[in-house]
Amino acid sequence: MTEREERRFAEVPRESIKLMAESTGVELSEEVAALLAEDVCYRLREATQNSSQFMRHAKRRKLSVEDFNRALRWSNTETVCGYGAQDALPFRPLKEGELFFVEDREINLVELALATNIPKGCAETMVRVNVSYLDGKGNLEPQGTVPTAVQSLSEDLLKYYQQITRAILGEDPHLMKVALLDLQSNSKIAALLPYFVYVISGVKSVSHDLDQLNRLLHMVKSLVQNPYLYLGSYVRSLVSSVMYCILEPLAASINPLNDHWTLRDYAALLLSHIFWTHGDLVSGLYHQILLSLQKVLSDPVRPLCSHYGAVVGLHALGWKAVERVLYPHLPAYWANLQAVLDDYSVSNAQVKADGHKVYGAILVAVERLLKMKALSLTLATEGGSAALPGTAAGAVGFRENSPGLSPPPEPLSEPPLGIASHLQAGGAGCPWEEWTPVSLPAMYCELYSFFGDSLAVRFSTDPPLGGAPPAGPCQPLEGRKEPASVAPNLESTRKMPQLTASMNISPRQDGSPRTEPQPPSLAATAPGRSLARSSSSSVSRSRSSSSRPGRSTSQSRDIFPKARFPPPQAGPPAFAFIIGGRQMGRRCQGRRFQTSFTPTPPLTSLPPRAYAHKLPVIGRVSKPVRRWTCSHYSLHLPL
Amino acid sequence: MMSLHPTPGKMAAVQDGPIELDAEKETKPEILSDGSSNLSGNTGSGSLSSSPLTAAPAGGAPKMEDQQTLIAVLQFLKRNKLSESVEILRREAGLAEDQEDSQAADGSGGGKSDGDGGDANSLLSRVSIAAAAAPQSTLTPMPVKSAEDQPDVRVVLSAYSQQGDPSLYQVYYSDLKNFIESVLDCHRAELSQLFYPLFVHMYLELVYNNHENEAKAFFEKFSGDQECYYLDDLRVLCGLTKKEHMKGNEALLDFRTSRFVLRISRDSYQLLKRHLQERHNNQIWNIIQEHLYIDIFDGMPRSKGQIDSMSGSLAGEAKREANKAKVYYGLLKEPEIEVPLDDEDDEAENEEGKPKKKKTKKDSMGSKSKKQDPNAPQQNRIPLPELKDSDKLDKIMYMKESTKRIRLSPENLPSICFYTFLNAYQGLTAVDFTDDSSLLAGGFADSTVRVWSVTPKKLRKVKSAADLNLIDKESDDVLERIMDEKTASESKILHGHSGPVYGVSFSPDRNYLLSSSEDGTVRLWSLQTFTCLVGYKGHNYPVWDTQFSPFGYYFVSGGHDRVARLWATDHYQPLRIFAGHLADVTCTRFHPNSNYVATGSTDRTIRLWDVLNGNCVRIFTGHKGPIHSLAFSPNGKFLASGSTDGRVLLWDIGHGLMFGDLKGHTDTIYALKFSRDGEILASGSMDNTVRLWDSMKAFDDMETDDFTAATGHIHLPDNSQELLLGMYHSKSTPVTHLHFTRRNLLLAAGAYNSQ
Repeated sequence: MTEREERRFAEVPRESIKLMAESTGVELSEEVAALLAEDVCYRLREATQNSSQFMRHAKRRKLSVEDFNRALRWSNTETVCGYGAQDALPFRPLKEGELFFVEDREINLVELALATNIPKGCAETMVRVNVSYLDGKGNLEPQGTVPTAVQSLSEDLLKYYQQITRAILGEDPHLMKVALLDLQSNSKIAALLPYFVYVISGVKSVSHDLDQLNRLLHMVKSLVQNPYLYLGSYVRSLVSSVMYCILEPLAASINPLNDHWTLRDYAALLLSHIFWTHGDLVSGLYHQILLSLQKVLSDPVRPLCSHYGAVVGLHALGWKAVERVLYPHLPAYWANLQAVLDDYSVSNAQVKADGHKVYGAILVAVERLLKMKALSLTLATEGGSAALPGTAAGAVGFRENSPGLSPPPEPLSEPPLGIASHLQAGGAGCPWEEWTPVSLPAMYCELYSFFGDSLAVRFSTDPPLGGAPPAGPCQPLEGRKEPASVAPNLESTRKMPQLTASMNISPRQDGSPRTEPQPPSLAATAPGRSLARSSSSSVSRSRSSSSRPGRSTSQSRDIFPKARFPPPQAGPPAFAFIIGGRQMGRRCQGRRFQTSFTPTPPLTSLPPRAYAHKLPVIGRVSKPVRRWTCSHYSLHLPL
Repeated sequence: MMSLHPTPGKMAAVQDGPIELDAEKETKPEILSDGSSNLSGNTGSGSLSSSPLTAAPAGGAPKMEDQQTLIAVLQFLKRNKLSESVEILRREAGLAEDQEDSQAADGSGGGKSDGDGGDANSLLSRVSIAAAAAPQSTLTPMPVKSAEDQPDVRVVLSAYSQQGDPSLYQVYYSDLKNFIESVLDCHRAELSQLFYPLFVHMYLELVYNNHENEAKAFFEKFSGDQECYYLDDLRVLCGLTKKEHMKGNEALLDFRTSRFVLRISRDSYQLLKRHLQERHNNQIWNIIQEHLYIDIFDGMPRSKGQIDSMSGSLAGEAKREANKAKVYYGLLKEPEIEVPLDDEDDEAENEEGKPKKKKTKKDSMGSKSKKQDPNAPQQNRIPLPELKDSDKLDKIMYMKESTKRIRLSPENLPSICFYTFLNAYQGLTAVDFTDDSSLLAGGFADSTVRVWSVTPKKLRKVKSAADLNLIDKESDDVLERIMDEKTASESKILHGHSGPVYGVSFSPDRNYLLSSSEDGTVRLWSLQTFTCLVGYKGHNYPVWDTQFSPFGYYFVSGGHDRVARLWATDHYQPLRIFAGHLADVTCTRFHPNSNYVATGSTDRTIRLWDVLNGNCVRIFTGHKGPIHSLAFSPNGKFLASGSTDGRVLLWDIGHGLMFGDLKGHTDTIYALKFSRDGEILASGSMDNTVRLWDSMKAFDDMETDDFTAATGHIHLPDNSQELLLGMYHSKSTPVTHLHFTRRNLLLAAGAYNSQ
């Protein structure tokens, strides 16, 4: 007990007193020091006890410096110099020995004064009310008196929000540009994110106004690209807004003069961008998106523009999505599309035009599917043989650059059962677990049976670099007569380039090169033109190639049988088809078809539309697109 | 002052208790409307100075040093023109007039002038000097020449100068301890009450007489025996080891200036007395006589539980007599409000075309208020302000609302809305709601007061004088026109204080707001112009709490200077000063009938004061910590108090008894409120919970038999758990204020505490 009593309170030893006295130049005797020490202790305790009442009345648990100063002041004692702090001072013990000290870090005033990141002022004091317990009933868990965002909108933020939304949705394109730029780079708008997301969710209410929809999508893009924003679960909301633009039969689509196709293309690209950059924020997002796209695609009641959206959406999500959803679904869908396309009645003209749109979209999608698949096979082969040092780098580069390769690993880590059940519940055309990769040649064959030459023509030749967008409609003939059943009949009348690609190394296959059951012919009517389109048609596609030099191909891995052409030159690993074509009337060398394309010409010089080239029936209004692409806010997706 | 040098062996004085009590009662502060100066310094000496008047004559023949004292007292009496007492004293002491004069002439010579405080002090210090000079005086040299800035303190303390052998203190104390532990169980609990006051006084005597080591040893040996609820006091005490330190120590002065009150049955007392006489334990007997007040009662000794429930305050229990005064706790009738109200109502309502509502309302209110409460004070006992038209309108609103009131019961608990103050970096210190729950005021440690409108109606200022000249004063909506729309905002900040704002209170008519602050002032703010109207100065020390009377006009404030003051808004000086608490007045509440004021204090007592004459009519003891919240039941009969010990005590005002002890909170209770009909008591605490208690059941269980009322011996059932109806957590928000809306929705308020 005595020991405990002795340590009832802290004491100031007489040595300290003497030291302090010496520091002021006073010499103290032992006796005086002892007396003083005791008195100092007592006074300190007294002041502490007095200060506690200030703490109690301030309804705090922690004694603050201010409390102590007040106690000193009221006992007519000079207060300690220095500032009183609202916060409790961190009081640290020293490990060795019983020494405690107040942490007092040095502050570099120069740095502080010149700092560019001016600290935000503390939020305003406010009162929030919430019903905590209704009728006295509530669980005994602590209830949420604390909103997640304690910090609410300051006056400035509110103003900013109003200005930005006004600028973006307003008439002045220049203002909009500035606003979007700021939205893209402002680091202090985290608090506003929910509000912007809310605004964006207003797409549903402006579905009649393409312009507004475009602006909102641009807003999405700016938000997504803002490196300071953590979108978190708002990704879901953004995605649903974007999906709305992709899939829904917008009110604006009723008028054929409205270019809602462009909007859907843009939205699809945006979707893939969100997904590739922020897809990891929400688990299962990939499959949810796929599911909803598939649902739309498999729903024949939906208008064609919805189907178009689904196709471009799948295309934007990458070739694997196309392979998994679109490709298996194609046979079923084809019948519907065929019916539309074959109906030549006047009343059907508009629908038929839409049908051609879808057709073109599917064509582009499967084209890339084929290319990517071929490429991936090659890469896999190279990776397996580990012969080429550059493979890894190339693969990485590809992975970074291409949106088409594969989704990020996260969505795929979903439990397979869950996925399967999802898809089955959705009435999917192809049950997930039953899906098996189709070999490339088989796939090509099947697709060829649908598209005939218009597919083959995509594999014809290099685009002219920076070539001017070809004017004038395409030849009407081919587009109409492509169905597989028709193709053989027409064979004689057509120029028949022969596809003579072959695959040299193909571990996937059993070693014996398979011959195409029916050698498809390559449409040679306007190869240069069509390829020029294809290279520049889809921004995402051209992006994928932008990092590579155009013609550098290391070695050809010809997938198709009967390759007759040796690799023309060595270089960094890239993949090229050599498609040999025989044209009626004149012999020509096979055309090399590459997975790597020439650098994209500047966006402003791009032809306005991705799929504009294929079907002559579609008289597209390219004006809004041009404005769009000319704006600074063209799609520049760092994929 | 007479007790400066009591002779050993004066044992007869104890039986004079009742007489002494009368004397003490006379000296209850009776300061009326003539706003007097600060009383705080004189409070203690006031009661001291009078009690010896009766005690002194009982003393034996004066010795030499006593003679000096007697002369001093005579002079004091003379100065106060108490000629009769002078005669008696002179006769009894056998002092000649000339002797006294000569003595006086020896002194500093200032004693003859008119009696201000300084004169008395010089006189008193001369007494000490004389005492010190006397040869057979104490062993200790008195600090003779020290400049006394606190002469009263000196006098008080000097009572300790007479003492015995310091080494024997431990023997004395342990002897008594052994005795008490050996007596019958029934007496032991009662006599154990003696331990703490004796311990403190003996320790202080040792310290005062510079026996530092003995004092320390004494403390170490016996401090462990004391009741745990005295721990805080012991902590203060243990730091005190030097005589010099005693001078400025307020806690010590509290102890000295008041007699520690013990209630002991006659049997136990006789037992103690016999023992002390047998042992010649004069040391202890002296302390009992001089510093303790033993309130002897006839009958069964009390049990330990009974004693514990009532003890704990700084000065022991309240004397039984202190709670005998009649208290008119009933509510005032509201006829003069109602009759004109209904008349006006008729017209107003008929114009509006809804006479139906009014009829029902009139009936319900009429039947209620026609019964005259026998316990109610006279209607005009305290002059109350007349009702303005707006007040009457508000009454109408109130009645309308109360018809929609939800009847609460244990099965039907109120919903709770929590008003959370966010980003209150300045430190929220006080909150108040208006009665109609339309406005919310917060007092902050950064000296600001902020007012929020919690309805969609924004706060607007009145236009400036120049603009007011322009408006059409005849128009019907003139009240609307005088408001400046440009100033409309959700909240307003009131700047003016220069220290933390510890108390805020709205006036019932919502036109004014009071705030009390550490800077020693109470400020009155207009909620029309949002400016400060008056700063009431008088406390000179931090003002911990303030509250408007339920009828407006009056308000009460209490602070660090240990007094509560009653003010009227149109007087810059207080109308009453309620002095008597031994430590800070921490919270003040008006009785619903506005005739009484309850104050809670750091001395762990609650006092009820009569506004009419300033008398203290009730002293409630039982809390073991400073009291931080008070609430009257709506019917005026009961009082609830919450303290730092986390307990809520319920008091019956009429009988002056405790009848409930609600345990459960784990931290200081800062908010208490009865529901509008009094069925539910809500308590809010630092422990981030709101608890609801079944006050109806507590009222019903109350023992009101005559015996309990007469003796004040209460049996508290330990039924906190039964009475607890609900406990509601906030995440990290201490509950600072509670308020029931007129429809019985419970509003709680507090600042979110992120730590």
